[in-house]
Amino acid sequence: MGKNGGVFRATDGLQDQFGEMRVVDTPLSESGIIGTSVGLAVNGFKPVAEIQFLGFIYPAYDQIMTHVSRIRQLSMGHYTVPMVIRAPYGAGVRAPEIHSDSVEAIFMHMPGIKVVCPSTPYDAKGLLIAAVEDPDPVLMLEPMKLYRAGRQEVPMGKYTVEIGKGRKVKEGSDLTLIAWGAMVPVVEGATAMAEDEGISCDIVDLRTLSPVDREMISRSVQKTGRAVIVHEAHAIGGPADHILSVINETSFLYLRAPVEKVAGFDVPVPFFALENHFLPTPDRVLDSILRTVQF
Amino acid sequence: MMEKQFPLKKLIDHDGNLTDKSYKSKIDESFSKKLYYHMYRIRMFDRKAIRLQRQGRIGTYPPFEGQEASQAGSALALKEDDWMFPTYRDHGAKLVFGADMTDTLLYWNGRIEGCVPPEGRKIFPPAVPIATQLPHAAGAAWAEKLKGTNNAVIVYFGDGATSEGDFHEGINFSSVFKAPVVFFNQNNGYAISVPVARQMNSETIAQKAVAYGIPGIRVDGNDCFAVYFETKKALEYARKGNGPVLIEAVTWRKGAHTTADDPTRYRSDNEGKKFTDPLVRLERFMKKSGFWDEQWLFGIEETVEEEINTSVEEMEHYPKPDVNDLFDHVFARMPDDLMEQKKSYLRYLGGKNDGITHR
Repeated sequence: MGKNGGVFRATDGLQDQFGEMRVVDTPLSESGIIGTSVGLAVNGFKPVAEIQFLGFIYPAYDQIMTHVSRIRQLSMGHYTVPMVIRAPYGAGVRAPEIHSDSVEAIFMHMPGIKVVCPSTPYDAKGLLIAAVEDPDPVLMLEPMKLYRAGRQEVPMGKYTVEIGKGRKVKEGSDLTLIAWGAMVPVVEGATAMAEDEGISCDIVDLRTLSPVDREMISRSVQKTGRAVIVHEAHAIGGPADHILSVINETSFLYLRAPVEKVAGFDVPVPFFALENHFLPTPDRVLDSILRTVQF
Repeated sequence: MMEKQFPLKKLIDHDGNLTDKSYKSKIDESFSKKLYYHMYRIRMFDRKAIRLQRQGRIGTYPPFEGQEASQAGSALALKEDDWMFPTYRDHGAKLVFGADMTDTLLYWNGRIEGCVPPEGRKIFPPAVPIATQLPHAAGAAWAEKLKGTNNAVIVYFGDGATSEGDFHEGINFSSVFKAPVVFFNQNNGYAISVPVARQMNSETIAQKAVAYGIPGIRVDGNDCFAVYFETKKALEYARKGNGPVLIEAVTWRKGAHTTADDPTRYRSDNEGKKFTDPLVRLERFMKKSGFWDEQWLFGIEETVEEEINTSVEEMEHYPKPDVNDLFDHVFARMPDDLMEQKKSYLRYLGGKNDGITHR
């Protein structure tokens, strides 16, 4: 990531600008990268660790779960591990096996770590700066499919996007669509088609998966009375299950139809020849929208 | 072959004779007494902790008896500003380095208060997973190097830890960045019930240093002087910017893995016979050198007993666990979700902070 600028060039030019002391190529060692970051963080540094693809984070799972997530708690705040872990993730770019996993739920399940996932260049910059400024560990998921998917003017200066706050993509009245990352354009596509059928959709881009924006979810669902949650992560125990429980706790009596989820299937993320069947598409989302509205 | 290449360094033999006369002036009466005091103190603590567990006054406890020379010798070699990354069996080393005895008991009684080191002491909470602390040590040491300090890091681990990936990742990282770490292995023969022969095909642990291009030292872990001087040398080497050192201290865990373990199921009493108890060995040396003094011994026996009793008393009269501590230290600022859970649970408790009875 130093000389080469990372496989997606996200760190391109950083080493030239900040030097080899701050932009560091490390041994190929996920557990070592995160474990060493723990040591750096407790000793006054703010490591921003890159895991090349989220599917390669598993060797570091041990470090994240057994140390990163709990050092503040077990030392009563004496030791803290402010660090950012960046990881490209998600399918849809015809990548080799393991490179396309969406396992955000594993990290949502962990106490003590925040999880963010931008869907726009503006949010990518604002969330990354917020993550760096955060006093606690933050996992930043970078949807691979969106790296080169669009362009947006981004302010030159420093700004942050508050962690824990969703973004209302679009106001609507009949149904709430909840998504994040690369699924935001997918629900936007479905919304365009739904509107042709006279259905008006409220779109929530969660932006932060842990902690989720309960208020934005409940306000929207209470307004529309219907919801479809869309993610490419596996269905069982996926992020939608938690969002469903938020809706259940906050908005049960407002619901006019069962909440649907459109998710990756409970199969290993396939080789890319089949990935378009695995990934939610605007058509699959539209199907759920229609079923929900016609319930 | 490797045992020849990495000879077991020792300064006193089993009978207490000084085997390397060049150390004669460095090992005087007061230094010998200091080492004996620390080893005696942590042994008495260890034995007391086992009894407390048997009486149900603390939780499951992992004893370290037999490893006092390794732990006290290495910890005494540290400077005040150095870092220590211990495992769950290294509270002997922690106590020598300055951890509070009451806190140590609190830790074994299930209290997070036991992870907070005394002001100014850089002791990390004990690593309970195996070998995960090695990369932490590499990172903390790398940070010291980046800050341009003269501080070093010691990290403890056992023979079983050498089979883990993090053993490799931690040493490899620190060797690449020349981070000032001393990787202090206590090879006590067993990872719970699995003997070293099932852990590795290598003759020694020290030889693994060769693969990382760093020095590997094999030391008699029951010889407190050899451990002290070899650790001191390694720390100085690391401080000078030369990178890490791997030390294998060959020792013997006299007791069980934990108070929940029964070692008679997997090893015979004979196996440990070749190891002379580290305190007995030091006592023999001190007697031969004319350093032994019954009056002094009586004095430290009293001091240590009093300290331990006071600590047990403090541990048992410590304020009851506060349910707020369950929630309050997870994040710097508590997220709304967690705040909801906390409020709802406190409502459920109805003000009875510690009023939960587990049936």
